[in-house]
Amino acid sequence: MAINWFKYSSPASFYSLAGKMIPLFVFAAVILLVAGLYVGFFVAPTDFQQGEAYRIIFIHVPAAWMSMFLYVVMAFWAGIGLAFNTRLSSMFASAIAPTGAMFTFIALWTGALWGKPMWGTWWVWDARLTSELILFFLYIGFMSLQAAIDDPRRADKAGAIIALVGVVNVPIIYFSVQWWNTLHQGASVSVNQAPAMASTMLMGMLIMVFASWMYSIAVILKRTRVIILERESHTAWVAELHKKGAV
Amino acid sequence: MLHGINLACVRGDRELFRDVNFSLEAGGLMQVRGPNGSGKTSLLRMLCGLSNPAAGEIRWGDAPIRALDGEYYAAMTYIGHLSGTKDDLTVIENLCISSALAGFEIEAGQAKEALNHIGLRGREALPVKVLSQGQRRRVALARLLVCKTPLWILDEPLVALDVLAVKLIQELLERHLKEGGMVVMTTHQEIDITATSTTQLHLA
Amino acid sequence: MFMWIIKRDLLLAVRRQSDVLTTLFFFIIVVSLFPLSVGPEMNMLRTMAPGVVWVAALLASMLSLGRMFSNDYLDGTLEQMLLSPQSLSLLVLGKAFAHWLVTGVPLVLMAPVLGIQYDLPAEALLVLTSALLLGTPVLSLIGAIGAALTLGLRGGGVLVSLLVLPLYIPVLIFGSGAVEANMSGVEFSAHLSLIGAFLLVTAVFAPWAAAWSLRVSLE
Repeated sequence: MAINWFKYSSPASFYSLAGKMIPLFVFAAVILLVAGLYVGFFVAPTDFQQGEAYRIIFIHVPAAWMSMFLYVVMAFWAGIGLAFNTRLSSMFASAIAPTGAMFTFIALWTGALWGKPMWGTWWVWDARLTSELILFFLYIGFMSLQAAIDDPRRADKAGAIIALVGVVNVPIIYFSVQWWNTLHQGASVSVNQAPAMASTMLMGMLIMVFASWMYSIAVILKRTRVIILERESHTAWVAELHKKGAV
Repeated sequence: MLHGINLACVRGDRELFRDVNFSLEAGGLMQVRGPNGSGKTSLLRMLCGLSNPAAGEIRWGDAPIRALDGEYYAAMTYIGHLSGTKDDLTVIENLCISSALAGFEIEAGQAKEALNHIGLRGREALPVKVLSQGQRRRVALARLLVCKTPLWILDEPLVALDVLAVKLIQELLERHLKEGGMVVMTTHQEIDITATSTTQLHLA
Repeated sequence: MFMWIIKRDLLLAVRRQSDVLTTLFFFIIVVSLFPLSVGPEMNMLRTMAPGVVWVAALLASMLSLGRMFSNDYLDGTLEQMLLSPQSLSLLVLGKAFAHWLVTGVPLVLMAPVLGIQYDLPAEALLVLTSALLLGTPVLSLIGAIGAALTLGLRGGGVLVSLLVLPLYIPVLIFGSGAVEANMSGVEFSAHLSLIGAFLLVTAVFAPWAAAWSLRVSLE
C-alpha cells in the first residue's frame, strides 16, 4: 500500500496527525518510565563498588545519550529544512532544541550528583562532563540565535547553519576534550564489556532510554503543534480551528 | 531576456503581491510603481537574486537566475537605497574598488573620466564622508558608467539628486536603452525616458 | 578579486587605526589583569601563561568580529559583494584573511612580550607564538560564520560570543596544550600539527558556511 507521506509534510495535516499521536507516546512514556524506575531502583542489584549511589545512572546515562542524539536529530531536520525549504522540518528542529537542552542539563546535574559520592566533589573537569557542558552551550547558542531573529524564515535557516556547523564540530570538540583529560572511568556500556554490568542493570537502563525517547517524541510533537499554530496563525485552517474552539 | 513568472512576495504574515508577470527585452525599460510598502524594493531585490520569491520564478534568457548565479551577476548592476560606498575611502577609491568587485577592473584615468561626467570633478580625492547626500548618490551612480552590464536595476536612483543630475541620469538611461540595454527602476519622481518599449508595472 | 577585497579592508583599517589598536590593547589589558588577581607568584604565573594568553586572544579576536561584516552591511557594500560575479566564498575568505591581518597578527606579535611578563622560557615563547600564528586565523575563519549569522540583529555582539566561543575550544585546548607540553619537556609538534589541520579544514569549509550565512542574513 502506498502511503502519501508528503501529505503529512504540510503543516495542516501534520497538525491533526500529531494531535492523534501524542496520547500514544505519552502513554508509552509513562508505562516505560514506571517500569524503568522500578527495575532500576528495586530489581537491579546493589553495585559492589559504588553501593546504591550508582543508581543515578538510570537517569544520567539515558539523559546523556538523549542529549547527544537529539542534537544530531535536530541538525538533521534543520539541514533538511535548509536544503529542501520544507517549513515543517525546520519547525521540528526548533521544537527539538529545548528538549535536547533539558536532557543536557539533567545529564550535567545528575553527573554532579553522581560525582559527589564517587569522587568526593560536585564537579570534575573530566572529558565527558566537559563535553556535555559544551553541548549545552551549543544548544543555548542555537536557541538564542533563533530567538534573536524576528523573521521565522531567516531564523530557520540561520539556526540550521549553526546546528550543522555544531554537528561537524561536536566530534572534534569531543576528541579534543578527551585528549585534554582522560580522568574518567572507561565507558560504562560498550559491546565488548557488556558482562561487566548486571543484565538487570542494563535492562533498566535500556527501558529508561526508551522512556526518554517516548517522552521526547511526545513533547516535541506537542511543541511542533504550538509552533505550527503560531506560524500559521494567518491561514484559513487555523482560523477554522479557532472558530471550532479546538485550540 | 528578463522574465518574471507568477512572482509572489510575503513579508512576515502579509502578502505584498502575487501573480506578478512581466517580460523585458533588449532596449526595454520597466518602471515599477506603487505606493509605499507595496513591495517595490522587495521586487527589485528578488530580481537581483538577493531574496527568493515566495512563489514563481525569475528567468534571465532561458535559465532561472538561481541556476545562473555568477553569470547573471556579471550581466547585472544593482543600485539600491544604500549607496554602497565606504565613508573612509575617497571618491575614486570607492569607484575603483566597487567596480573591481563587480568584475570590472578599471584604470584611474577611466574612473576620473566617469567622475567628471557625473559631475564630481575635483572631488576625486575627498573621502566620501564629507560629501552631501546627492554627491554620494552620484558616486554610486558613477558605477553605471564603468560597469558595462546589459541589465540595470535601480531603486529610486533620483533621490537627493538636483535638477542637473536628474537630467544627466535621464540621458545616461536613454543612451543605455538605445544601445540595447535594459533598465528596471522605481521612482517617485516624474521622469520622461524614451525607450523602444516601456512597461509600467503597478503594484497595488 | 581576492586581492581587491584584502586591499580594500586593509585600506579601511589604515584609515581607522584606532579600531586595530583597541583590540590590541584589550588583549594586553586582559593578560595583565591576571597577575593582579591571582598574585605575582612566578611559578603559578608560568603555568597559567599559555591559557591566559590564549583566552585573551580568543576574546580579543571575538570582540572585533562585529566589524567584519556589519559596517559593510550598514552602508550597502555587502549587498554589492553578494551581487558580485565572483564566488562569495572566496570573498569571505579574503575578508577573514584581512580580519586576521588586522587583528590576529598584532596579537601574535605582542604575545612574546606578554609571555615575558609571565616569565616564560625562550623556547616556550617561540612555541606560544607559533601556536598563535597557526591558531588565530582559525579564530577569524570560524568567527566569520558567527558574524555573518548575527548580522543586523539586536544584541548581535553578545550573541556572537555564544555561538562562536564553544567552537573555539579545540584551538584553545591544543594551542595552550602545545606550550604546556613544551614546558613539561614533552614533544609539542603533534599539537601544532593538529592546529594546522584545523586551519586547513576551516579554510575550506568556514568561508562556504559564512557565505551561505550572509545570503540568509541579507534575504
